Amino acid sequence: MKTVVKQEMLALNGDEAVAYAAKQPDVDVVAAYPVTPQTIIVEKFSEYVANGEVETEFVCTESEHSAMTACLTASVTGARTFTATSAPGLALMHEMLFVTSGCRAPVVMAVANRALSAPLNIHCDHSDTMAERDSGWIQLYAENAQEAYDLIIQGFKIAESQEVLLPVMVGLDGFTLTHTLENVQVLSDEVVRKFVGSHQIPKVVTHEGKIVPFKLDPDNPMSMGPIALPNYYFEFKRQQEEAMRNALKRISQVNEEFEVISGRRYGNGLLELYQVEDADVAIVCLGSTTGTVRTVVDELREEGVKAGVLKIRAFRPLPVEGIVEALKKVKAVAVMDRSMSFGGGGGAVFHEVRHALYDLTPHPNVVNYIYGLGGRDTSPTQIRQIFEDLQRMIQAKRVGELVRYVGLRG
Amino acid sequence: MVQETVHPLSKYLREAMIPHIWCTGCGNGVILNCFVQAVDELEMDLDKLVVVSGIGCIGRAAGYTNADSFHTTHGRSLAFATGAKLANPELNVVVISGDGDLFAIGGNHFIHAARRNIGVKVICANNFNYGMTGGQQGPTTPLEASTTTTPYGNIEHPFNLVHLAAASGATYVARWTTLHVRRLTQSIKRMLQKEGFCFIEVISPCPEIFGRRNKMRTGLEMMDWFKRASVVENFSDPSKAEISTEKLIVGEFVNTEKVSYEKFLHEKISQINEKRVGW
Repeated sequence: MKTVVKQEMLALNGDEAVAYAAKQPDVDVVAAYPVTPQTIIVEKFSEYVANGEVETEFVCTESEHSAMTACLTASVTGARTFTATSAPGLALMHEMLFVTSGCRAPVVMAVANRALSAPLNIHCDHSDTMAERDSGWIQLYAENAQEAYDLIIQGFKIAESQEVLLPVMVGLDGFTLTHTLENVQVLSDEVVRKFVGSHQIPKVVTHEGKIVPFKLDPDNPMSMGPIALPNYYFEFKRQQEEAMRNALKRISQVNEEFEVISGRRYGNGLLELYQVEDADVAIVCLGSTTGTVRTVVDELREEGVKAGVLKIRAFRPLPVEGIVEALKKVKAVAVMDRSMSFGGGGGAVFHEVRHALYDLTPHPNVVNYIYGLGGRDTSPTQIRQIFEDLQRMIQAKRVGELVRYVGLRG
Repeated sequence: MVQETVHPLSKYLREAMIPHIWCTGCGNGVILNCFVQAVDELEMDLDKLVVVSGIGCIGRAAGYTNADSFHTTHGRSLAFATGAKLANPELNVVVISGDGDLFAIGGNHFIHAARRNIGVKVICANNFNYGMTGGQQGPTTPLEASTTTTPYGNIEHPFNLVHLAAASGATYVARWTTLHVRRLTQSIKRMLQKEGFCFIEVISPCPEIFGRRNKMRTGLEMMDWFKRASVVENFSDPSKAEISTEKLIVGEFVNTEKVSYEKFLHEKISQINEKRVGW
């Protein structure tokens, strides 16, 4: 039974929604560095600190590398930790992202998705987070400001789950979401605090055989991040993969638990299907573009075209089985990538979705559309053209070019 | 007959890039003006001039200057400049960047460039905050100053940039404000003629982003502060060069000679090559 609590409707942009979510579950430490288009998050958060609305230690670091390092060390002392960044900042964090996931520190981070240099650009694409695909972080993508708010709250619960213990990054499209005002339903601080719960720290056995909480604690000293040569390193990495498998289940559970308090549900938490069940043609995408595709799907459905959209909410861990299940009856699929894997023959999402469908016989025809790099707008008309391409593909029984570009000059 | 008048310094600027992005009351235009004035007075060869800048408002200077230029990633202008200078020591490599870029993420590059005395010349626009991203606290933000990330007043001690540069080994160190147009131009000229690592800090008004949060709403009010508080103390101890509401110590603090890194490097290479010939 649903026990949806009373919520308040606020006009927030994506960044403000993220900051609002981060203020609610008693975060102990926020260490961050300003970078467009994430800046509003840390500015807003520092206001909360100044107003005494949170009891968070807020640290202005001198770089993102230091910000992530401070978050990692705060987290391994048992503190609930949050940060936010964007493309060049995320790239500068690269080294520490691996250390954070390797130390199993459940840091939650918002990433305002932005293009990487060069040429210098501040607008949205996914080249920043896609470049960190293999950093061992859970990657969740928001479609709108509401989902960004919800994902940050869910992120803490997922990251800190004892069977997961992995850092979570929540991607929200730069400017499109970060700077656009939307109606956002927010829960009360109390409800969020109760939902996320207190930070539970798992117990581990020390080399002396003592059972102690897994954190830096003067009473029970332990070393974090010590050297593990060929004798042990491999096992650590295999454990991280195990944690990712567990996260698949946990993300779904948290999605359901969140529905109970908020009334909002996002598919099974990993994937969100819209008109895919009986679709002939479908688009697979992530982030804010899903909204545009939904509109076009509605129009096409009215015209009698069986179109659908599959939104990937969790890109890491990737719900392979769910993707197969969702797309097995679809005849032609367009996978949209907002980043490039130069020389790789298509984008990262395309590679992974196509790979997921390999064992199906017959499998749908899958093509790749690279779009929106450096913030280039993608219109409903262009989405419609993609669906038309897919229909033509089915009629002609011929796939043609595997990798295509949307709205590219020349 | 209408005669088209051309600004005598326009050949140093890429006019297609103008209008610039800088706010009303910003000091970056003054700094760029002083720089091109110095280049003009020295009759420098534009083909041998490289302007490198990092991220931030003043970072646009690389794009506005009609010389070979590189607008680099955040904090790395000195690393890029080091590469250019070593590849071709004949080039005059000038870094024009901000306090946030050069001394936060770029801080490590700065102290090591100064330590090894590479012949790169640095002009740093210091506006006390990260202006471009909306006015956050940075490495030069004064104690108690209000910024968007320190609405309760800054609790971190700022860098004294001239002290840092001098202690790190720079052969020329000066500080001016954008009010000291002629002194700044002369200082840039002097710096451009030197061999080793040189550093000029230019205190620059940022009324839109920094000033209005700190009781100086307009460029004029900030310039008033410069006028009221500036004291020229040439060759005084840079560790005592204070920046406060009451006092802004400006002047040339260091002017020495030291063999540059690229000279040592190329001498070493010649020595090794000579030995090889002997084999």
